[in-house]
Amino acid sequence: MNTVKQKKNKKKSIWLDVWRRLRKNKMAVGGLVIIILLFLTAIFADWIAPYSYESQDLLNMFQTPSFEHWFGTDEFGRDIFSRIVYGSRISLEVGFIAVGISLIIGGSIGAIAGYYGGRLENLLMRCMDVLLAIPEILLAIAIVAALGPSIANLMIAVGISSIPGYARLVRASVMSIREQEFIEAARAAGSSDFRIIVKHILPNCMAPIIVQATIGVAIAILTAAGLSFIGLGIQPPTPEWGSMLSGGRSYIRDYPHMTLFPGIAMMVTILALNLLGDGLRDALDPKLKN
Amino acid sequence: MLKYFARRILMLIPVILGVAFIVFFLLYITPGDPARIILGDQATEESVLQLREEMGLNDPFFVRFGKYAYNLVVNQDVGKSYVTKRPVWDEIMTVFPATLKLAGSSILLALLIGIPIGIISAIKQYSIFDNVTMLFALIGISMPVFWLGLLLILLFSVKLGWLPSSGYTTLNAMILPAVALGAQSIAIITRMTRSSMLEVIRMDYIRMARSKGQDENKVVFKHALGNALIPIITIAGLQFGRLLGGAVLTESIFSIPGIGRLMVESIKMRDFPVVQGGVLFVAISFSLVNLLVDLLYAYVDPRIKSQYK
Repeated sequence: MNTVKQKKNKKKSIWLDVWRRLRKNKMAVGGLVIIILLFLTAIFADWIAPYSYESQDLLNMFQTPSFEHWFGTDEFGRDIFSRIVYGSRISLEVGFIAVGISLIIGGSIGAIAGYYGGRLENLLMRCMDVLLAIPEILLAIAIVAALGPSIANLMIAVGISSIPGYARLVRASVMSIREQEFIEAARAAGSSDFRIIVKHILPNCMAPIIVQATIGVAIAILTAAGLSFIGLGIQPPTPEWGSMLSGGRSYIRDYPHMTLFPGIAMMVTILALNLLGDGLRDALDPKLKN
Repeated sequence: MLKYFARRILMLIPVILGVAFIVFFLLYITPGDPARIILGDQATEESVLQLREEMGLNDPFFVRFGKYAYNLVVNQDVGKSYVTKRPVWDEIMTVFPATLKLAGSSILLALLIGIPIGIISAIKQYSIFDNVTMLFALIGISMPVFWLGLLLILLFSVKLGWLPSSGYTTLNAMILPAVALGAQSIAIITRMTRSSMLEVIRMDYIRMARSKGQDENKVVFKHALGNALIPIITIAGLQFGRLLGGAVLTESIFSIPGIGRLMVESIKMRDFPVVQGGVLFVAISFSLVNLLVDLLYAYVDPRIKSQYK
């Protein structure tokens, strides 16, 4: 009884330590606050947005920012602020789900390769080398072209294109742990390979994975927005920041506010994720901090 | 050394074949009938069917890929564009110089700005300069390249009228695209230089050099930088490879006819051979750049050089 309780306390205290260290880092906390706000915006978009994201008002096209339209209106008279608010849903969804896809697939490949080693590892990692040889954005473009442009396909494309990075990371972490004594002990006690990987190895290499995943969400949002920007991602009239930028681009000479605000939204999101990622790196592994 | 180089080149072949397979498969499942694309909407059903037969489009997937791979390896031939009917290699070679110029100037910019600033930041750790630099570096990493490009056009072409908003032939026209594409690399190389220098500066041999009264400049540039260069070279090489294939967005914003734009146009027009050839070409150049980076290590670090022998 007592030992179980102690174990729980210890587990808690590790994360408490991380939180304590993270809390001291003002930039990281700032990033975290922005991300929480973004989530709230995405969840309560229906209440926050003053207008619908698709209601057109042809009498009020190209309005510059005013009290009625905080960020102005676009070429169809749609309220840009409302579209950005709804756009946060899409960006967060795409970012997190894409990273989830690459984490699950890439992580499994990396864990299997790192744990078993030998031929299997060789085969899996050579496959990853092949994927790595194609720049992420080109691979994502090719996948989206094959599957057709839609939100789900965009997530799949962005997710698949960053699989090799996670596979390599998890493999390296697993390899550094698999020879340790407690793994041998678990094996001697008769744990199955699956149990050893999931229960003993992965929890011990979470730190780099969490950091990579946080920054990975930022990269996924950027890639997805980039694809939408060149017209291969999310199609109008869905309010997506990248496609809003691409729409505003034609009017940049006369109505720069159309490109300004979606870009700011995107940059703040990415910056917040990067700040949090950097902070987590320092908090999870104090040795790395210089 | 030569043996190592030859082995690495040979190891590229399966990777390239793998890339060819992936792209071939992706385009295989992409909707759109190549025969119909070549002949246009006006063509009769019979002529489309006939062309399908001639092109071997009715063969099973693996037979088609086998033929493609055979042509690729034995004849170094990747077919002709459906749209322009020119060989794919020719298409790529017409647009590659623009991409190379763009990526080259971006990485040059990144090295010229990133390394000195990174060094100063490391020497003056936690100073105002360091803090401001790190903040800018973080903003640089977070800036979507296509948004930065638009902002640069807005400021320097539309408002101030100093620089052209498109083109790539003159030096003036290259400035904005190179800055837009290079911004992220500048930030990454600055951060890398700083952390790598910080790590090295604490080593015993630096303390040794200082304590024997070595000139501080010499300590920084010879003893420290020389040893801090390896991660910087790695990251610069990776960045250059990424820029070669990832300039899609920059090329689209500044209307530069480079390889990225060719790929996007070809995908939109379902010009499959060009897409295939383009991805292959980018993958090959990416792998070659990585190989060159590995070779460069040997020149920077005698410890690595001795391993090759």
